[in-house]
Amino acid sequence: MSATATATKSTAPGKAPKRGPRMSVATVLLIIAGTLVALSVLRALAGATQASAFENITSSGQIGAALSMAVPIGLAGLGGLWAERAGVVNIGLEGMMILGTFFGAWAGYQTNPWVGVLAGVLGGAVGGLVHAIATVTFGVDHIISGVAINILALGATTYLAKRWFEPLSDIGGSPKQSPQVDDIASFTVPGLSDGLATVENHHWFLVSDLAGLLGGLVTDISALTIVSILLFAGTFFVLWKTSFGLRLRSCGENPTAAESLGVNVYLYKYAAVVVSGGLAGLGGVFLALVRSHIYNEGQTGGRGYIGLAAMLFGNWRPGGLAMGAGLFGYSDALQLRNGGATVHALLLLVALGLALLAGWRLYRKRYIAGAVCGGAAVLLVLWYALTDTVANDLVPATPYIVTLLVMGLAAQRLRMPKANNKPYRKGQGT
Amino acid sequence: MKKFDKERVLLAVAAPLLALVAAFLLTALVLAATGKAPFNAFGIMFDYGIKSDSQVYILNKATTYYLAGLAVAIGFRMNLFNIGVDGQYRLAAFFAAVVGGALKLPGLVQIPLIILVAMLVGAMWASIAGLLKVYRGVSEVISTIMLNSLAGILVSYLLVDGRLAELDKQTNIVSTEPLPASSHFFTIPAGGDLDPVFGFIVVAALAGVGFWFLLGRTRFGFDLRAVGRSESAAQASGVDVKRMVLTSMLLSGGMAGLIGMPTLLNDTHQFTSDFPQGIGFTGIAIALLGRNNPVGIALAAVLWGFLERGANRLEFEGYDKEIVGVMQGVIVLCVVIAYELVRRYGLKRQQQRVGAELAAQARKGEKKKEVAV
Repeated sequence: MSATATATKSTAPGKAPKRGPRMSVATVLLIIAGTLVALSVLRALAGATQASAFENITSSGQIGAALSMAVPIGLAGLGGLWAERAGVVNIGLEGMMILGTFFGAWAGYQTNPWVGVLAGVLGGAVGGLVHAIATVTFGVDHIISGVAINILALGATTYLAKRWFEPLSDIGGSPKQSPQVDDIASFTVPGLSDGLATVENHHWFLVSDLAGLLGGLVTDISALTIVSILLFAGTFFVLWKTSFGLRLRSCGENPTAAESLGVNVYLYKYAAVVVSGGLAGLGGVFLALVRSHIYNEGQTGGRGYIGLAAMLFGNWRPGGLAMGAGLFGYSDALQLRNGGATVHALLLLVALGLALLAGWRLYRKRYIAGAVCGGAAVLLVLWYALTDTVANDLVPATPYIVTLLVMGLAAQRLRMPKANNKPYRKGQGT
Repeated sequence: MKKFDKERVLLAVAAPLLALVAAFLLTALVLAATGKAPFNAFGIMFDYGIKSDSQVYILNKATTYYLAGLAVAIGFRMNLFNIGVDGQYRLAAFFAAVVGGALKLPGLVQIPLIILVAMLVGAMWASIAGLLKVYRGVSEVISTIMLNSLAGILVSYLLVDGRLAELDKQTNIVSTEPLPASSHFFTIPAGGDLDPVFGFIVVAALAGVGFWFLLGRTRFGFDLRAVGRSESAAQASGVDVKRMVLTSMLLSGGMAGLIGMPTLLNDTHQFTSDFPQGIGFTGIAIALLGRNNPVGIALAAVLWGFLERGANRLEFEGYDKEIVGVMQGVIVLCVVIAYELVRRYGLKRQQQRVGAELAAQARKGEKKKEVAV
């Protein structure tokens, strides 16, 4: 599908071939640093009235919120990664997340939150198992099966919530929500967090931004966030550094070849999709137990789909997925914290980014693409200049617009596993 | 040859029946597991569902669902997953209501105008996903889901007193300006003191015929189905796949624009925040159930209306009407699995028959040879 398919055969990280679309760690850090500098300069130029909006872009509160929004999206994406690396598209992530929120809260309020975590993961894994039975054993189209699972998960949890939570009105249950679940432990790095907060409050050029960024990452971190980060590292290790992972990925690239080497393709696909469901379930648990302490109908709000988009954005790799989840989590978090002014300030930053992109495209003699980017940048600057804030009703749109924009800019440079979304029958190659 | 056709029809009917039976058994299990008598519930639903006022209700619901199923099916026929029907119809119905409320033209002009606005808005919203897919390679599944959320946010942004809607002080409901009485669509009296049947059912039936004709009897429909079967083969035979993607996305979106019309023109006559939601997803289920076939979709739409009507009654008999959500989910899942199983069984039968015929021919040939020797 993509023109760069031949350039990305090597799968080891950090050894990207020169023409490949993947960025090294150094490049990513450079981009972040560049953005921070640009932000500081813009803030200095914007004047006092807009300063607080610009400060909120990197405030530790915003970053902390972004991190906790990014975790469920990232976990859903990680689930998508497992399934798609084994060649099964999993649109059912949303439904598996719903199962996670429901069973996590259901077991959590009765016992303790960690049992809830386990139950949520199991609930999601059962959703994954159903998806595996439909797609691997029965060969149903992956997207159709995923859509069916989303419908079923929603129907089942709504029914069970009515049956199980409605009689619990004395402890806060209702047909649409569960009783309160106890807190999962959260950590703050002692010393560092306070120190960074002090620096942040001084509003020094660049230094305070950096302090806010780091402060958000070391203050009030839920234990489940740490588990999730470990899962990201673990996924990378298992899928890219073990023979199990190699076999699993071979099922996504060329199942017939894998079969000829003695790999039990069905088994690997089953394993991948069940793990996928479990991870999505964990994402749901995070939403239910860490973010709100209850199950709430409609709580997932399409985050399973956004997780899938984050995975596409990350080119089916954990590192890229983490970046994508961070981006979407950040824009998701804007609506929590008086986002209108912040989004308004971000317009200028995005305009700057687009202007740079336009310059690059023109330099590469791609005049039409350059003109489109440049035009968009000018429009954004005008929008920024002519208004004082973005209506708060429109702020929730940010993650979706970001998803569309990012996918529009990046989709053609991606390469998905070759046999992804293709039906496979045992012995089809003979 | 004729006998083979009969078997195919049998197989086609077998799949949904098999699925329905399996789905009812599974739902019964769920009911029994949560401490409710299952078969009594089905009895209640059935008795209530076939009463005459229920029939009117079901037909009216099915009109909306049928259009939703058709909108989804246009995309499905060419392997294009327009999950975005949901956002398309809401946005379309909203703008149609705004335009309809603002104008005071004779009904003969205004009703087609309202419908046209709805179809255009739906098609426009769908075209964003189409353009992103064709020019930027973005999967339509992701982009349409994002566009659904955006449509919801846009509608709730505009549906505010002073923007494109107004607050009714007495009822405390925010709505668009109501349509003038001349723009109400005709209704079909059902006799007695029953509610009338929506006149829009006629438009829905015409849309179904149009769907059948376009896909089954035109060059365009052939190309569309060819792309659905094999993109590369279609491309090789000279079909412009990119244009087909865009066109069918536009058609799907335009059809999605019609979904809100039975409600708007025949029922509410204005757009409020409790305008029916999530019908796009119902449409996906119905299109899958009806196998993207205009007649099948009609049956599926009626079944869905029936289930919902029956479920409303369950609430009064000590059951939870939410069980119908479980039922619908299980039906969809069972149906897609059953279709796949039956398809594979049919394929196997065919291969066996061909194999047997070839073997018979070979044997005959050998016998002839023996005789010759």
